[in-house]
Amino acid sequence: MSVIKVPRKPLTFAERTYIPQIVSGMMTTLKHIVAKPLTVNYPEERPEIPAGYRGVPTLVRDPNGREKCVSCQLCEFVCPPKAIRITPGEIPADSPAAHVEKAPKEFEINMLRCIYCGLCQEVCPEEAIWLQNVFSVSGYERGEFINNKQKLYELGGTLPDAHYKWDKKKAAAEEAALHGQH
Amino acid sequence: MLDFYFSLPLIVRLIIQGLAVIAVLFPLGAACSMAERKVAAWAQDRPGPNRARPWGLGRIPIIGPILGRFGIFNLMADGGKLLFKEDIVPGHVNKFYFVIAPIVAMTPALSTIAFVPFGAYLDGAGRVLPVMLADVDIGILGVFALASLGVYSLILAGWASNSKYPFLGAIRASAQLISYELSMTLAVVPVLLWINAPGTPGTLSLVRVVEFQSQSGFWGGAWFVFVMPLSAFIFLVALFAETNRQPFDMPESEADLVGGFHTEYGSYKWSLFFVAEYGHMIVGSALFILLFCGGWNPLPWLPLSTFVGWLAPLGAWTAHPLFVGILSICIFLGKVIFSIFFFMWVRWTLPRFRYDQVMRIGWQRLLPLSIANLIIYTIAIALLN
Ligand code: SF4
Ligand code: SF4
Repeated sequence: MSVIKVPRKPLTFAERTYIPQIVSGMMTTLKHIVAKPLTVNYPEERPEIPAGYRGVPTLVRDPNGREKCVSCQLCEFVCPPKAIRITPGEIPADSPAAHVEKAPKEFEINMLRCIYCGLCQEVCPEEAIWLQNVFSVSGYERGEFINNKQKLYELGGTLPDAHYKWDKKKAAAEEAALHGQH
Repeated sequence: MLDFYFSLPLIVRLIIQGLAVIAVLFPLGAACSMAERKVAAWAQDRPGPNRARPWGLGRIPIIGPILGRFGIFNLMADGGKLLFKEDIVPGHVNKFYFVIAPIVAMTPALSTIAFVPFGAYLDGAGRVLPVMLADVDIGILGVFALASLGVYSLILAGWASNSKYPFLGAIRASAQLISYELSMTLAVVPVLLWINAPGTPGTLSLVRVVEFQSQSGFWGGAWFVFVMPLSAFIFLVALFAETNRQPFDMPESEADLVGGFHTEYGSYKWSLFFVAEYGHMIVGSALFILLFCGGWNPLPWLPLSTFVGWLAPLGAWTAHPLFVGILSICIFLGKVIFSIFFFMWVRWTLPRFRYDQVMRIGWQRLLPLSIANLIIYTIAIALLN
């Protein structure tokens, strides 16, 4: 029923001489010969990295300079090749971000293990870990491929924040404290 | 200086000329390999090799970067590398034939050029005299005879390597070269019949072929590619096969034979094979241009002498033999370079034929076609004369 017979036309004489196909193929090649190269001279010229590129995972700060990661360790848990190792730490009570309570003491991503899957970015509840535009990782020793916390923040920089979740929470708590104690 | 040159004995002059031609042909063959890489890169939308910048040379303003961009320094680096690389002779080969094969490849590639006129100048009486090493009557026969020696080097290399891939490559090469030589020669015969009208002294000289294409009048000035398109086509296809170029490069098809006949070769011996192959290509293109594309005449229906006549108002120097000679060589070289570009252009367009397809095209298509072509043109020429 579902068999469809594809009609196979015998080749015409022109097709059997190969010549029309060769000519059209040559034209295609010529078009590429005169076209501008698609590649770039790499180390001097860098390709333009499109938005949303999944490069090296990095940690980011919010516009107030607060480190966004709260060391919930979800990314450590989800990371398929176990590239992430987090040592959670407390935020001292006198810091302006004391209301966030937790921040990583140490945060290491082993770039020899990372597979650039982006699951860490996907899972992070704080939008703290981002795969950004760094695509070239090189070094002479294994140790150089383990990005520590300082390095991760250097690479990550600051990203805009749409929510200021913790500040809102703090403001709401303060509001409630003001009104709720009547 | 010119007078001193002409006062030298003939044999010394011929040796100097021969060495000069080799000194041009050898680097030209090597340059073709770089051109090939560049054309390959352009066809694949890449810039191609453009990195090598030797200390000092690369820093010359303007010229340095330009040479670098066109990969000239890469070419030099390649040559140096191939020259100084360890020259391994595998233990299982027949040493004598293994070493002699690249030399046998080089010899016909360089010597065929002796029969090829590559330019012309006008003497006092306005006659066109060719610039070439040996203006002999057998011209084209000499080229064919020498060029077909090239197959021995492939067979020697394949057999002496004592390993199966080179052996298969050599067998394919010999079969292919022998089958396409026939059609190639038959395709040229109508041209030679046409130029040897009854009553004139018979000749196979390539100079005569070009002279014939530079006569006045519509039929006199027409290049043979217009008069005998089929011959030109058969010759071109056979030329591709004879020079082992894509789509007929099964003797060295990397996909199934590793490298074909030169699988076991390395360093300088390997590069000799390559230069020989490009040498064949250059001579083959030169032959095609002489036979079918008017040799050193700038355009169809525009012979060199007329062209030089047009330049006359610029001054008397335009008629000087040296200027005309260099001009004609430039025109000829330009055409040869274009046709080599054409070879590369085809290479990066077409896939390789299978062995049985190559044989079928050679024996069942091209050969009958060239025989029919020969018969038709023979009858036509007989009727015309
Ligand atoms: S991108 Fe994937 S592999 Fe790399 S750190 Fe994130 S979760 Fe792990
Ligand atoms: S980066 Fe995100 S997911 Fe990972 S520990 Fe920090 S807050 Fe949790």
